[in-house]
Amino acid sequence: MNTKTVNHKAWWLVAPVVVLVAFNAVIPLMTVVNYSVQETFGENVFFFEGVKWFEQILRSPRFHESLQRSLLFTAIVLAIEVPLGVAIALTMPRKGPWVSVCLVLMAMPLLIPWNVVGAMWNILALPDIGLLGHTLNAIGIDYNFTRQPLSAWATLIAMDVWHWTSLVVLLAYAGLSAIPDAYYQAAKIDGASRWAVFRYIQLPKMKRVLTIAILLRFMDSFMIYTEAIVVTGGGPGNSTTVLSIDLVKVALGQFDLGPAAAMSLIYFLIILLLSWIFYTVMTKDEQS
Amino acid sequence: MARIGLKNLRHSYREHPAADADWAVKRLDVEWAEGSANALLGPSGCGKTTLLNIISGLLRPTEGAVYFGARDVTAAPPDARNIAQVFQFPVVYDTMSVFDNLAFPLRNRGVPAAQVEKRVREIAALLDLEPMLMQRAAGLTADGKQKISLGRGLVRDDVNVIMFDEPLTVIDPHLKWRLRGKLKELHQRLRPTMIYVTHDQTEALTFADQVLVMNEGTVVQSGTPVELFERPRHTFVGHFIGSPGMNVLPATFDNGVARFAGHVVHIAAPLKVPQDGARLEIGVRPEFVRFAEKGIAVRILKVADSGRYRIVDTMADAEPPATATIIKLLVAEGTALPSGRAFLKFDPAYTQLYVDGWIAG
Repeated sequence: MNTKTVNHKAWWLVAPVVVLVAFNAVIPLMTVVNYSVQETFGENVFFFEGVKWFEQILRSPRFHESLQRSLLFTAIVLAIEVPLGVAIALTMPRKGPWVSVCLVLMAMPLLIPWNVVGAMWNILALPDIGLLGHTLNAIGIDYNFTRQPLSAWATLIAMDVWHWTSLVVLLAYAGLSAIPDAYYQAAKIDGASRWAVFRYIQLPKMKRVLTIAILLRFMDSFMIYTEAIVVTGGGPGNSTTVLSIDLVKVALGQFDLGPAAAMSLIYFLIILLLSWIFYTVMTKDEQS
Repeated sequence: MARIGLKNLRHSYREHPAADADWAVKRLDVEWAEGSANALLGPSGCGKTTLLNIISGLLRPTEGAVYFGARDVTAAPPDARNIAQVFQFPVVYDTMSVFDNLAFPLRNRGVPAAQVEKRVREIAALLDLEPMLMQRAAGLTADGKQKISLGRGLVRDDVNVIMFDEPLTVIDPHLKWRLRGKLKELHQRLRPTMIYVTHDQTEALTFADQVLVMNEGTVVQSGTPVELFERPRHTFVGHFIGSPGMNVLPATFDNGVARFAGHVVHIAAPLKVPQDGARLEIGVRPEFVRFAEKGIAVRILKVADSGRYRIVDTMADAEPPATATIIKLLVAEGTALPSGRAFLKFDPAYTQLYVDGWIAG
């Protein structure tokens, strides 16, 4: 017979992880939920406000603009980093002493603390003394990221591409390395073009790692804060104020805890929803 | 289809091969007839895959030439050689349907769509792949995928040679039989030149008309399965082919007579006197050894049941004891074994003398 022994002592074994998850995720999230439906004027006095903050945020043009900036930034960054990363991975050597050299070079930007990345690019891009900023102006391009929104955007995108393309490269390279030689040999014998090899062998075999790469890059770029705040601080004006920067302004700048909490929850749900869509679309074939 | 010839071929993976051991394939001349079914048999690391890659053009030989018919293709890349290859692990284009997989080599060569359709359906019918033509190739079982690999070779009617690199490794045993039968059937219907690389003697002997046995980079023997069995040119072939392998016994030779442990052993071929100092051995397969009233005196060590016959291990009581050797023989099921002292007789038609491993005469 299939009798199951019920041993209540076993609960103690899961207790550590329950505590960990509670302090890590559940309690902070619930605190935010709690804030998001209340108003406070300090001194720990709270008034219940219902969904007022949610309505206010969702109707506010300021939120819409920040959201659009975040979406635009993510779209541009993904559109550059994923193809570029795959292209670099394809050109990297598969064998020999250069493999480790390439891998180390590729991993380097990923090892630098984010605020240092921001500081580096800030200095690099300064129009008067920065190597990049000065050079651009010297060759006749009117560039000033502290005054022109377009320059500021270009700087942030260049910085993110420099910082994170490596991640896509490393993941794509791992995917490529896992393809047995027989596939390439078969393709040669079948007379496949270079494009056909990419389209029918390399891309399908990289699909899983690319799903991960796209998800990671989506989430990270959609939440970009540190590097951007160091370089542009959200400016000039509000031109580079993406959602995360806006959120910090609301929460810590204006100390509007209720609206900030509501905004974080909306922010969180957008990321969750978009990630789910990405994942579902990209793994659609495997499930059928 | 074409005759495949390897002339004066040598290959080394080292840049400056010096010692004999640096050569993965030592000098060899081979010719495979047009439309023949051939096997390349040898243990792992004997150079058979190297040879296969040289024929397919994935490797360029260090020395020598590869001929397809009268054409020297040594410098031609794989896609210019018109060959097909089935690999050890099934290689299919996962995202394509079975149909698209089979059509792929034709489409890459710009064959018109109507002709592609016709040819793919023909080959799919031959391989019993018709019911799953529109399925995704990724969803097929291992044997189905191997059929697709094979089909991609067969769809092109101008293929010079189809090569198999241990294609049944990942196939379930009961499907191995079916797929092997299918291969044989296809060969008889389409008559392509086929080269089948394997380390499995059963696969090689059942598939091929001509078997090339390789060891340590050299061809040890090339012949029909019967020749390999009845007259192994080298003790290696005797060991490697057959189950159990050939008995190899230390021998002496003087006055035109070969002896084992003092007993005269009659040899099939007329003998030339071997050089002094050479290692002499007598080779006889267990199938050609039987118990007799008199002959080589032995005691029975072990009897193992192997279905229709029993494998009997005997030990010749020789003087000095250093020459004591195990002699195996096959005894039909149901036959009584002699008790205590026994005597063995070898069938002279299938008993050979080997000098330094190679057959004498």
